[in-house]
Amino acid sequence: MDVWHFTEMPYPHLPPLDTLSTMRVTLPSRHYDPKIGADLYNRYLDEYMIADDLGFHHMVNEHHQTATCLDVAAPLSAAILARQTRKGRICILGNPIANRGDPLRIAEEMAMIDCISRGRLDVGFVRGVPYEIFAANTNPTQTVERLWEGIDLAVKAWTSHDEPFNFEGRFTRRRLVNLWPRPYQSPHPPVWITGSSDFDSIKKAAGRGYVFATFLQPHEKVRALFDAYRSAYLDQGLPGGGGTAFMPLVFTGESEDAAEAGARELIWYMTAKTEPQFRNPPGYVPVELNVKALQGAFSGRTDAMRAMGLEFQREQGVVMYGTPDQVAKQVRRFYDRVGGFDHLLVMQQAGFLDHARTVRSMTLFAKEVLPQIKDLARTRPNNAKGAAE
Amino acid sequence: MHTSDTALGKNTSLVRLYGLELEVERRGRGQPLLVLYGEEALELDAPVLVELAKNYELIIPSPPGFGASERPDWIESPDDIAYIYLDLAQSLGLRAVPTIGFSFGGWLALEMATKDASFCAKLVLVDPYGVKIGGPTDRDIVDPWNIHPTKAAGLKWFDPEKGKRDFGAMPEHELTIVARNNESFARFCWDPCLHNPKLMRRLHRVRVPTLFVWGEHDGIVSPDYGKAFSRKIPQAKFAIVGQAGHYPHLEQPTEFLTLVQDFLV
Repeated sequence: MDVWHFTEMPYPHLPPLDTLSTMRVTLPSRHYDPKIGADLYNRYLDEYMIADDLGFHHMVNEHHQTATCLDVAAPLSAAILARQTRKGRICILGNPIANRGDPLRIAEEMAMIDCISRGRLDVGFVRGVPYEIFAANTNPTQTVERLWEGIDLAVKAWTSHDEPFNFEGRFTRRRLVNLWPRPYQSPHPPVWITGSSDFDSIKKAAGRGYVFATFLQPHEKVRALFDAYRSAYLDQGLPGGGGTAFMPLVFTGESEDAAEAGARELIWYMTAKTEPQFRNPPGYVPVELNVKALQGAFSGRTDAMRAMGLEFQREQGVVMYGTPDQVAKQVRRFYDRVGGFDHLLVMQQAGFLDHARTVRSMTLFAKEVLPQIKDLARTRPNNAKGAAE
Repeated sequence: MHTSDTALGKNTSLVRLYGLELEVERRGRGQPLLVLYGEEALELDAPVLVELAKNYELIIPSPPGFGASERPDWIESPDDIAYIYLDLAQSLGLRAVPTIGFSFGGWLALEMATKDASFCAKLVLVDPYGVKIGGPTDRDIVDPWNIHPTKAAGLKWFDPEKGKRDFGAMPEHELTIVARNNESFARFCWDPCLHNPKLMRRLHRVRVPTLFVWGEHDGIVSPDYGKAFSRKIPQAKFAIVGQAGHYPHLEQPTEFLTLVQDFLV
């Protein structure tokens, strides 16, 4: 089991949340103080440095026009970590390739970071959450197509070494694709994909040997997603060899009470407000789900879990907290319930959780939880033939 | 022939056209009248079409991705739909027929007429989108996807009560059409938001008598936008309907019908 430290780099110093209609998309930047922002950026990067010493790998992501995430360019934070850390792998999860709209620029940036880090980079690609559509102005009905055209082009660019090729696709057109530098890892860095219910994308990811990751989902749902992955996995000889990844919020404390208090701070992340029109732009989810939305039974995928209490979230594996032994037990229970998995992405900082308590929780995890879970076996594909179909 | 609703004199068929299946409803008796409905398809059950069907045979196609029409992946814009609709008009033998387009349907009518206006004798456009008049930071057309649904209803309707729809009481197959229409509308009109930058430069090609009908309180596209829009079409007339928003034909059907019938005779 590989464990990856993650913070979304939040900016929590906002007016009282009940006075805001949204923390995303339209929240004016007058609420952002650059001096506080500077402190936060440096603090979060410091925590990654500490994570490196503690034996974690690193995961970074990006979002736009939101106080929930100050990292607006994951390649920048990954580049900083490539130079400043020494041990852990660095996973961008991910590049919003559908929204950024320049797959080759992303491929170049990834190759450069891979070289600077001497092959420590894992490259995730994401379709982007619903509210990202508005900042990027991507057509919400075409994000899946853009995602896959972009990934396939980036991979072709990484692996073509003898002459330029032309690409006249639906969303990207280039005369001469000829990437410099090429990635440090061969044939290219491990590729990761995220998803929450799109089985077609899971099958594509598995068939290409990519890692599949899902965040903050109840264990039964995760089991279904991971089973779908395992039944379609095809080994493509990539570094790391595919696999599955799950992200819960995690707080490790000296006592149960301290842990619960920490967990209550972390779930600030799940209370982040977004106006309804930004949660479910037309075409982002399939028509069947939008029928449910019209019936009032669906208001965006991230909404359902938010409404549930902490106890429920712990039972589901969405939030893992407690003393080190309790956390280790929750990880192992989740591992058993979902049929095993390979990467635990621990969101150990969110909201107002301060530096000292974040580092204390990270340290307890590294020293006392990690040894209890690091030997959990890698999952084995169920049926490699499935991917060929 | 798929379904028929004898009470309204409706009959609906699927027309196959160069590998694409489109739903076309025919309703009423008389001279043909081409009806291009709006993005919410609210016209289909409204009194306004019942009245028009007394004097005309209404030809009501569903755009790709609306109603029971297919939406192949390559169709991405009102410009694409216009070519399909021109093929449809030709295959149905529609020449020089009066045409009414509501909102998104009005935009489609203009995309068609700027390419080949021979299908059309007269054109009625009801609060259409389609052109960008102002500069990059002017909001000519309020972005309906950016605003809270409750606020959007307030902008569309003079009396928002009239715009309320009880989706909970609708059967699933009807909700599926509503959800799919919403998705298709976004597919075609998301970016550029509710306009085609080329259309303005083509409007001089609309050489048939044209009437713009505009709701005085349309909060999505204002009457000022409508007036500026109408001036781009030679000799186009412009009429305001009071106590109405984006859907004057639904909020003030009697006044609307008088305007339209006077124009079409």
